Amino acid sequence: MKPFTVHRGRVAPLDRVNIDTDQIIPKQFLKRIEKSGFGQFLFYDWRFGADGKKNVDFVLDQPRYAGATILLSGKNFGCGSSREHAVWALADFGFRAVISSSFADIFANNSAKNGFLTVRLSDNEIAELMKRATEPGYELAIDLEQCRVRDDQGFGAKFPIDEFVRHCLINGLDDIGLTLQYESEISDYEARHPVPAALDFVNP
Amino acid sequence: MPAERTLFEKIWDAHVVAQPVGRSPILYIDLHLLHEVTSPQAFDGLRSGGRKVRQPARNLATVDHNIPTEPRGTPITDLIAAKQISALQANCKEFGIRLFDMDSPEQGIVHVIGPELGLTQPGMTIVCGDSHTSTHGAFGALAFGIGTSEVEHVLATQCIAQQKPKTMKIDVRGRFPEGVTAKDLALGIIGQIGTDGATGHVIEYAGEAVRSLSMEGRMTLCNMSIEAGARAGMVAPDETTFAYVRGRRFTPHNAEWEKALAHWRTLPSAESAKFDEVVEIDAAQLSPFVTWGTNPGMVAPVTGRIPEPNGMKESDRRGFELALQYMGLEPGKRIQEIGVNRVFIGSCTNSRIEDLRAAARVAKGHRVNPKVRAMVVPGSQMVKKAAEQEGLHQIFLDAGFEWRESGCSMCLGMNPDILRPGERCASTSNRNFEGRQGRGGRTHLVSPMMAAAAAIAGHFTDIRNWKFQ
Ligand code: SF4
Repeated sequence: MKPFTVHRGRVAPLDRVNIDTDQIIPKQFLKRIEKSGFGQFLFYDWRFGADGKKNVDFVLDQPRYAGATILLSGKNFGCGSSREHAVWALADFGFRAVISSSFADIFANNSAKNGFLTVRLSDNEIAELMKRATEPGYELAIDLEQCRVRDDQGFGAKFPIDEFVRHCLINGLDDIGLTLQYESEISDYEARHPVPAALDFVNP
Repeated sequence: MPAERTLFEKIWDAHVVAQPVGRSPILYIDLHLLHEVTSPQAFDGLRSGGRKVRQPARNLATVDHNIPTEPRGTPITDLIAAKQISALQANCKEFGIRLFDMDSPEQGIVHVIGPELGLTQPGMTIVCGDSHTSTHGAFGALAFGIGTSEVEHVLATQCIAQQKPKTMKIDVRGRFPEGVTAKDLALGIIGQIGTDGATGHVIEYAGEAVRSLSMEGRMTLCNMSIEAGARAGMVAPDETTFAYVRGRRFTPHNAEWEKALAHWRTLPSAESAKFDEVVEIDAAQLSPFVTWGTNPGMVAPVTGRIPEPNGMKESDRRGFELALQYMGLEPGKRIQEIGVNRVFIGSCTNSRIEDLRAAARVAKGHRVNPKVRAMVVPGSQMVKKAAEQEGLHQIFLDAGFEWRESGCSMCLGMNPDILRPGERCASTSNRNFEGRQGRGGRTHLVSPMMAAAAAIAGHFTDIRNWKFQ
């Protein structure tokens, strides 16, 4: 996993609330069996017309937001389906973080597992950033060491994040390896709770 | 350990394997369910990390999301879907995981087959790469959806690292009025607390009305917990639960059964247990509900109207306008004047035998409106067989409904069952997001009875005035 420490980048404002994962990556693209290549399908139904033509009005495709690496959105981002493809699509498109006033639990979890940062700010701070992000070339810096977001025009805000999640993101740690450090505890637990006989199954 | 614990806390505490300092507790997972869409990348991860599945017997797979509902044996024309299905077959074989495949008599939607096979039991921890895993909480299990990285993690370790969620009790007082079902309760709750009302929480549903629900009803209710943002939903196990679980294929038998039962009886929340939040609902105030917008919180009583935007907050108003624009509806419109041209009875919310019985009771002796195409998709092969033994399929067929093979089908339209742009559907599923059932399709969530009635009337209609034949 790519470590996340400080990131500075252009901001794309997507001023909608309750953006669900069905919008982030529509189901017709969930049939791939790889983790890569989902970026081209990000927000597909908003970015492309039914005829497959690009909708030039959509914020991500406006030239001023080209190359944006930080997505700014209204509350409850990532609600709905648990599909991790949503995070893969955002990351594959080039984003490193989403800023919103709240995130759905599973989306936030999935993000952390992929070195992708979810930054929670207040509704007022989001409203302020939505305004600022319309300025040409607007950039933000996200500092995960300090848990701070700031721009060059005087905006600054702290964001909350679980200490362990932060530790893993900064160090790019693999969860499975961490859990397996507790191998003996897991084995002890299993000795006390054996697999029920009914489940025992040998693959033919 | 505090003596006055909630159901959730008892299950949580019993499954903590380790509590590393400064990081999330590690929980043991009793049962992990898999399907074709969210698992291939997890198996790839195992392979590239040189890891094995730690406890194959605690993992179980089926195919449900993208399989066709045409008669079995019809070739799958979508080659990418076929690839995903064969990837699951190969992965299960390689890693020694039991798979209820396309042609298996146990195949079905993962959240339908877990309970009906007796895999889902009180007190368990259950996860699946699917947000509606909350369904299994109906049995007094702690069950929640996970992402693909976590699927890999569970395969490799049979554990999951989780922050402890907060608790919320939803106390449903009184009795359900006639025509009001568990689905209406779920929609009523989301309408009241919002689609993020329970974010970060595990809900325990309690109160007289919840106790009166069958297991099918409790599953419908817990299923939709995620639509309120909750991590999980639960109902304490009671005699209704035990009667349902008893004698199923994977449940304990004989002396083991008595032991399990004694344990399960200790699970319900202590009378004085504290919850982080408590919400009260008066069942008598509920009515059959219909969603009119693009999230499950946008809901109105069938006798009501689409709200007016007056007095809404600016950010809410924008969402409201976008939703109505997408749905092709106007503020103030009466719900019963909204016509439909598709009806879908199915999904892990409402495709169990009791749901089909309720819909069939409405359909009996009537005809589907000529402008409507209506489908009934049983949740599993076992549900389908039971319905056929009772003759429900004949009632549907006589009334002009299609009777399909089991799967997720038009709940998310990853198979050929989709809405065309502009089509309007009364659906018993759980999500009315933009494009969920097909690009440009318009979804209204309702109960099975309300869906069947809409199929016949051609528009939403109050089930309380229905002429049952
Ligand atoms: S029926 Fe719908 S909600 Fe349920 S598991 Fe299938 S796709 Fe998900």
